[in-house]
Amino acid sequence: MSSSHLPFGAMSRLAWRNLWRNHRRTAIMLLAIAVGVWAMIFMTALMRGMVDQMIEDGIDALPGQVQVHHPAFRDDPSIDHRIPQPDAGKARGLQSPEVSGWTSRLRVPAMISSERNNRGVTLLGVDPQGEIALGFDPHSIIEGRFLESVDDNGLVVGAKLLERLETRLGKRVVVMSQDPENNIADRGFRIVGVYKAKLSSLEEAFIYGGLTTIQALLEVPGEVSEIAVTGHDYRDIDAVYRLVSGVYGEGFETLPWMELETYLGMMLKMMDGFVLVWIIVIFLALSFGLANTLMMAVFERIREIGLMQALGMKPSAILYQILLESLMLLTLGLLAGNVLAVASILPVQDGIDVSAVAEGMEMMGASSVLYPALKLKDLLMANTVVIVLGILTSLLPAWRASQYRPVEAIAKI
Amino acid sequence: MTLDLRMAWRNLWRHKRRTWLTATAMIFSNVLLIFMISLQLGSYDMMINNTLQAFSGHLQVQHDGYNHNPKLRTSIPSVLALAEQVRQALPGAGVTARAAAFALASSELRSVGIQVIGVQPDHEPRVSTLPGLVQEGRFLQDPDAAEIVIGGVLARNLKVTTGDELTLLGSGRDGSFAAGVVTVVGIFNSSSVDMDRSLAEIPLGYFQDTFAMEGHGNSIAISTDNLEQIPAASGRVNNIIAGQDALVLLDWTALHPGLQQAIKADFSSAWFMYGVLIILVAFSVLNTQLMSVLERTREFGVITALGIKPSRLASLVMLETALMAAIGLAIGVLLGALVALYFNAAGFSYPGMDEMAVRFNLPASIYPSVSVISLLLGPAVVFLFCLLASIYPALRLFRLRPVEAMRAV
Repeated sequence: MSSSHLPFGAMSRLAWRNLWRNHRRTAIMLLAIAVGVWAMIFMTALMRGMVDQMIEDGIDALPGQVQVHHPAFRDDPSIDHRIPQPDAGKARGLQSPEVSGWTSRLRVPAMISSERNNRGVTLLGVDPQGEIALGFDPHSIIEGRFLESVDDNGLVVGAKLLERLETRLGKRVVVMSQDPENNIADRGFRIVGVYKAKLSSLEEAFIYGGLTTIQALLEVPGEVSEIAVTGHDYRDIDAVYRLVSGVYGEGFETLPWMELETYLGMMLKMMDGFVLVWIIVIFLALSFGLANTLMMAVFERIREIGLMQALGMKPSAILYQILLESLMLLTLGLLAGNVLAVASILPVQDGIDVSAVAEGMEMMGASSVLYPALKLKDLLMANTVVIVLGILTSLLPAWRASQYRPVEAIAKI
Repeated sequence: MTLDLRMAWRNLWRHKRRTWLTATAMIFSNVLLIFMISLQLGSYDMMINNTLQAFSGHLQVQHDGYNHNPKLRTSIPSVLALAEQVRQALPGAGVTARAAAFALASSELRSVGIQVIGVQPDHEPRVSTLPGLVQEGRFLQDPDAAEIVIGGVLARNLKVTTGDELTLLGSGRDGSFAAGVVTVVGIFNSSSVDMDRSLAEIPLGYFQDTFAMEGHGNSIAISTDNLEQIPAASGRVNNIIAGQDALVLLDWTALHPGLQQAIKADFSSAWFMYGVLIILVAFSVLNTQLMSVLERTREFGVITALGIKPSRLASLVMLETALMAAIGLAIGVLLGALVALYFNAAGFSYPGMDEMAVRFNLPASIYPSVSVISLLLGPAVVFLFCLLASIYPALRLFRLRPVEAMRAV
């Protein structure tokens, strides 16, 4: 600003007044910027919220952010590929501030039969406390109770499966699987609890039994299929991953959730790209109007600008002045847009019900309630893009204004 | 009218750069809309066709209630005869009868709970792509043979290959114990891990014997050449099953409610984005036209003083907007069509898309559909909104007072 003869205060006052000389035009442009910025932030928050929810649900269903398996288990999830239950040493190794919870579980394909129907399912032998620490919500039990201990003799099944099997809480069902010797291992269980999952496909897939009970059924005492570990933030799992890989080295397969659920990992990775593309597309749609508005503002002031130059104002000062006008316009628009966005997101913080398309959302892996997630990062990105690209867009009209020749400009009508 | 048209055209080019900037805003959003909409429509078509052709077909005859709660007992009597009747009524379509049960499949080493489908070996390939995906061995041939075709993942998990035997254990339609020994004759690999892991097909005749079906089946799947033929086919099939109250005909929206809803969800979120884009363009037009009216206050004052009615001036402004929007439409559709045609030939994909594509039965790149709708729907809406945006500037002309206006700067 040193090149200008006018002090900054005077210049900004001039810019401000110029902005409101044609208040209708400025108001329309402000409205356009506000709507654009609102759409940028609101839509981003919705998309982020959906993906966050998908990933969190996905990790809860895995469960855990890092899992340890026998190297062949994921390709062939059978009883053959099991690992020892963590001993005291390993348990100590997993005891760390980075780890918020861990559990070990048996996971085998099984067949469940009621008096009337049968279904292929995945039988989980679990430690109830560990499951809860890893994200099994006890409130999702809609009837009866969750398992109480590792040697609980009851079985907890999903509501959808119960319906498919045409049976009820308290009834007995037969679970059939296979022990390592290829003998059929079967046993009757009483259904002690029914859970409801966010995705109904999970309800049909998983049945829960006590770890020790299932180990006894399959004749694999002290052995499990997987160890699931969870940390504090699923976006930043390096520390947890390193810790678990340290405890379980050679002979085990230790994988983070992004590789266990590649679809979700990809979603998280792609989100940043999607958000940026969306913000830029909206900005581009805005930029034409912005350029037009500034151009008009310059055009109708050609005489005036020529006069000022004739009076000794440097071209650079004119350039700054137009840019300052644009900056003010952008800032006001951003302010309104941000306020609008926050004001529209706050009332729907508790979730937007989209259950009309629940099964469609489930296909995408999302649940039927959307929780918008307003992130500072996205807010900053939207604002930065608008300011930076906005100033870049204004450079052309501003530069043109500074290039008028005083005599010609004054002569214009 | 021609005079007005010429006036409007000339007025438009009084501010060349402004007109072009506004038109470019329209062109930008038109091209973007055409690209996005043709991509969407293209992927929906593929999603629907791939999903339906994989297994379910476009239409199914079922016993009422089977779709919601599939049970062996909820069945269609004399299913083969009924399927033949439907086949006669729909010469061009693929029609196959099926039955489905859950069973424990055991090899020498392993046991896995799977879904066993009884199919008509002759007709199944006309409805489902699965028989064509048998890469090892062959598909079923004899309608009564003790043979089975299983998915690749299941074969791996059971540790069997073609020629090996599997034992099937389950319960029959009457609740009795059902068991059978079948030979693996083929192994298929579809793009769906779920299907490859838990689905197996055996001949319907053998299925009916094993599961005590007494001639019953669970569904008749019908595959038409395309979605447009569904209504006609439905009409004929409904005539056939009209006498049997318990039977219903379901179309793909009932068979795959998730598919339609996913499309609906995607469509509405996409239209939110399009809406924002269109509104921003409309603002741009509003601003331009308002400016162009305001700067002509004096001129308009003179014209009205000469006796021209404000309504004519207003329609002049609307005409100017329409001309500008027409330029944006023409160039936008042209460029948009080029973009859509290019990707229609080359296919469109972005990094990571294959992960998502598998989930929706899509190939790794999408081919946008180029049609009148995909090319004109977006631009037509933009055109309409631009006209709407010029209503306010046009209305201002009715408040024009000639004497004051003539004095305006």
